Amino acid sequence: MNPFSSGTRLRDMIRAIRACKTAAEERAVVRKECADIRALINEDDPHDRHRNLAKLMFIHMLGYPTHFGQMECLKLIASPGFPEKRIGYLGLMLLLDERQEVLMLVTNSLKQDLNHSNQYVVGLALCALGNICSAEMARDLAPEVERLIQFRDPNIRKKAALCSTRIVRKVPDLAENFVNAAASLLKEKHHGVLITGVQLCYELCLINDEALEYFRKKCTEGVIKTLRDITNSAYQPEYDVAGITDPFLHIRLLRLLRVLGQGDADASDLMTDILAQVATKTESNKNAGNAVLYECVETIMAIEDTSSLRVLAINILGRFLSNRDNNIRYVALNMLMKAITFDDQAVQRHRVTILECVKDPDASIRKRALELVTLLVNENNVTQLTKELIDYLEISDEDFKEDLSAKICFIVEKFSPEKLWYIDQMLKVLCEAGKFVKDDVWHALIVVISNASELHGYTVRALYKAVLIYSEQETLVRVAVWCIGEYGDLLVNNVGMLGIEDPITVTESDAVDVIEDAITRHNSDSTTKAMALVALLKLSSRFPSISERIKDIIVKQKGSILLEMQQRAIEYNSIVDRHKNIRSSLVERMPVLDEATFNVRRAGSFPASASTGAKPSVSLPNGFEKPAVAPLVDLLDLDSDDILAAPSSSGADFLQDLLGVDLGSSSSQSGATQGPKAGTDLLLDILSIGTPSPAQNSASSIDFLSTADINNNTSNALDTLSSPVPPQIATTASTGMFDLLDGLSPSPSKEATNGPAYPSIVAYESSSLKIEFTFSKPPENPQTTNVQATFINLSPNTFTDFIFQAAVPKFLQLHLDPASSNTLPASGNGNITQNLKVTNSQHGKKSLVMRMRIGYKLDGKDVLEEGQVSNFPRGL
Amino acid sequence: MIHFVLLVSRQGKVRLTKWYSPYTQKERSKVIRELSGVILNRGPKLCNFIEWRGYKVVYKRYASLYFCMCIDEADNELEVLEIIHHYVEILDRYFGSVCELDLIFNFHKAYYILDELLIAGELQESSKKTVARIISAQDQLVEAAKEEASSISNIIAQATK
Repeated sequence: MNPFSSGTRLRDMIRAIRACKTAAEERAVVRKECADIRALINEDDPHDRHRNLAKLMFIHMLGYPTHFGQMECLKLIASPGFPEKRIGYLGLMLLLDERQEVLMLVTNSLKQDLNHSNQYVVGLALCALGNICSAEMARDLAPEVERLIQFRDPNIRKKAALCSTRIVRKVPDLAENFVNAAASLLKEKHHGVLITGVQLCYELCLINDEALEYFRKKCTEGVIKTLRDITNSAYQPEYDVAGITDPFLHIRLLRLLRVLGQGDADASDLMTDILAQVATKTESNKNAGNAVLYECVETIMAIEDTSSLRVLAINILGRFLSNRDNNIRYVALNMLMKAITFDDQAVQRHRVTILECVKDPDASIRKRALELVTLLVNENNVTQLTKELIDYLEISDEDFKEDLSAKICFIVEKFSPEKLWYIDQMLKVLCEAGKFVKDDVWHALIVVISNASELHGYTVRALYKAVLIYSEQETLVRVAVWCIGEYGDLLVNNVGMLGIEDPITVTESDAVDVIEDAITRHNSDSTTKAMALVALLKLSSRFPSISERIKDIIVKQKGSILLEMQQRAIEYNSIVDRHKNIRSSLVERMPVLDEATFNVRRAGSFPASASTGAKPSVSLPNGFEKPAVAPLVDLLDLDSDDILAAPSSSGADFLQDLLGVDLGSSSSQSGATQGPKAGTDLLLDILSIGTPSPAQNSASSIDFLSTADINNNTSNALDTLSSPVPPQIATTASTGMFDLLDGLSPSPSKEATNGPAYPSIVAYESSSLKIEFTFSKPPENPQTTNVQATFINLSPNTFTDFIFQAAVPKFLQLHLDPASSNTLPASGNGNITQNLKVTNSQHGKKSLVMRMRIGYKLDGKDVLEEGQVSNFPRGL
Repeated sequence: MIHFVLLVSRQGKVRLTKWYSPYTQKERSKVIRELSGVILNRGPKLCNFIEWRGYKVVYKRYASLYFCMCIDEADNELEVLEIIHHYVEILDRYFGSVCELDLIFNFHKAYYILDELLIAGELQESSKKTVARIISAQDQLVEAAKEEASSISNIIAQATK
């Protein structure tokens, strides 16, 4: 021990740490050591440096921060002695990684050491460079490394070769510099150099096509010869592993042959013999031999078609598959997945064995086998394989059920021969693994059920029976609740019995029991509860005889801690209670969900659902023909006039609110941009669990209305909402509106209190242009008048650059919105509309008056027209 | 390529870590925690491969130590088992029937040997003899330097008596 050093020795520190009984004790020891090391670092005494770093490395391995030692590594590397450099480089590789800026400081030392006279120092530098160099360092030091590939000592050559693989991985542009040097390494006799040389060539082939071509032309035969020599070589104790001479070299040579033969028939042809020899002669009773065989099979399957070799390869895999060693079976499954692409039949022969592997106690093997089975499934064997898998699902580990059920669902969806079978299989999966099924899977099931109208009765009965037994499977409960809500009458009346069914007697109250159970069970999540609430509303109309009981259940939810549940409970209660005459049409059966739309959306939204995971984001389509309006129409079974009227009638407030959410989301869904909510679940939308608060609701219903209005080409959305209905639509809308009001409540129409409507006027008319004004007033502000100006071209020529200007006296304020267009088609074939807002500060005393100027281009000539409007109706 | 090498004791203590791909300190400790949890809990008769975050981890238990190597999905798992065995045999020859304590107190030696076996996550040498020869040559260099240093310090010590 050095008499000048202070502090504990490395060995003592390790002992002290090992002697610690608790984590706290260990932390205390480490903290003390770190403090000592820090102090010594500050003294900057070169004698202790390497011991300090060794201690730090040990501390680092225990997981404590050691960044303060990084500079010590650099100092040690820069010192002249070999022992210091050795530990310095070790510390560098251990404590730093390529992303740390400190690493740049070492570039210069590395460069010097790469040119050092001692070959072991050069070796240390190459090793460090190969393990942690960054792209910049790779660029800076590539010439040195390239030179060292030709170094006289094989120890340096092999290190330089591997260092070069790292460099070309980091900076692929440098690849061509190394091609010649790499090719020269292939002629080596020293195994270490040969192995690393082959590795470098392989790496170059992967990243550079020209290099690949070069090696293919110049080296293929050489590589084949080397492989032949090594395969036929006599026993060499230095390289022998379980009777095989240097399996590592074997494997690398086979791997290089793979890239050389892939996509090149001539090269593939050359290597056929040696591959056949390796495949048949290699001993397969030890791992080393199997490793070589495995690599050989992979090469055979990658190179250009030589079918006799492939038979050989498949046979080897078959042998692997029946091996008792789990490792061998694992790689066999892995490789069969690749083999399936060119010889499906051969792999199908092993189907039974593969299915057995799905039930293996080893998770890795199970996973591989399951992936393979999914690839093996086709139309012919789907029923049998699915049955096997579902049988296994019943007894499999809990943590495997998620993967397994997902795969079964995938298979069933992809290959199902008929809907009945699909529904049956999905029900089985939901019964066994309903907890693990992803949202998009059960959404898809509902879509299919909805489309299979002849199976509605069968499905709802099967679900009813299943949910009684497997009530803890969340998704099963959801599907069951939805179906009972929709098709509850079919359940009770045994409608649409299939031959295979046993008749069951279910009373109305039994069906409600199931829903009540779902809504009251404490571990049901909010989606399930929400779906149950909707189902109850629907059943209240399907089962009028027990609607009182249903009402009681709904009323209980008024106390739900979920705000949305509470609100919906109150609304639904009010529907059940007070609006019996519209209830039946309100809760009619859902229209058939459109499968095509669903599948498109599902495909589109899948990545999103994968990334967020927690929130269900796949939506059920509602088969809308008319985008924005349809879902509402479907739900309410009213016609669109009623919807337009609904917002302006006060009596429908709660209904509007109820629907507003739905409207908002569905209009944004059908919007061209497919906004952020595009993926929201429609089932959720109906309930609006987790959708916007009322403030947003109203905003989105305005949105919706404007879309609807553009369709109808009547008037601005705001007008409709905030002012008396404009005269020209009042006639069409009012009938519907009154219908609705009749049905809803006796409350009077608000129209009466909104003040009178005003007739529209022709504000201006010339030989070529006609301007009409229509008026509306927001009820809360009598001073303000909204004017909609409509421009009609009476001439046979189109007006372009159309611009309308207006001026008013001082007691009026005028605000012009942008016009709908600046081109006015000829002969009244279309019009431009523009909204004006006039505020009359002397309302009641003076009436409106306005001057206007209209400019436009007719056949390229500017035309200007002027006029004054004084025939405004009184009272504006 | 091998992305990292991990030696974990049966108690979950880390005995050696070597990273050939960039991982931050945080990621490193997370990886170690995650993997040792999985590997230590696996039954004895199961296969030696774990599929993990799109990679494969090949592990093998020798006495109380688990040797783990993380490789790409397309790599040859069986060969990696041989590489692990190769490493263990070299350690065994170097220490003379190696045990966990050897690797604790001489952890740096274990790293030196690994550095003669793997660079850039690739195998460097298939001959155990060659590795042993290079390691002992370097050990001798260190010994020579130490002797020189102690003789100098003896001279200084005597001069200052």
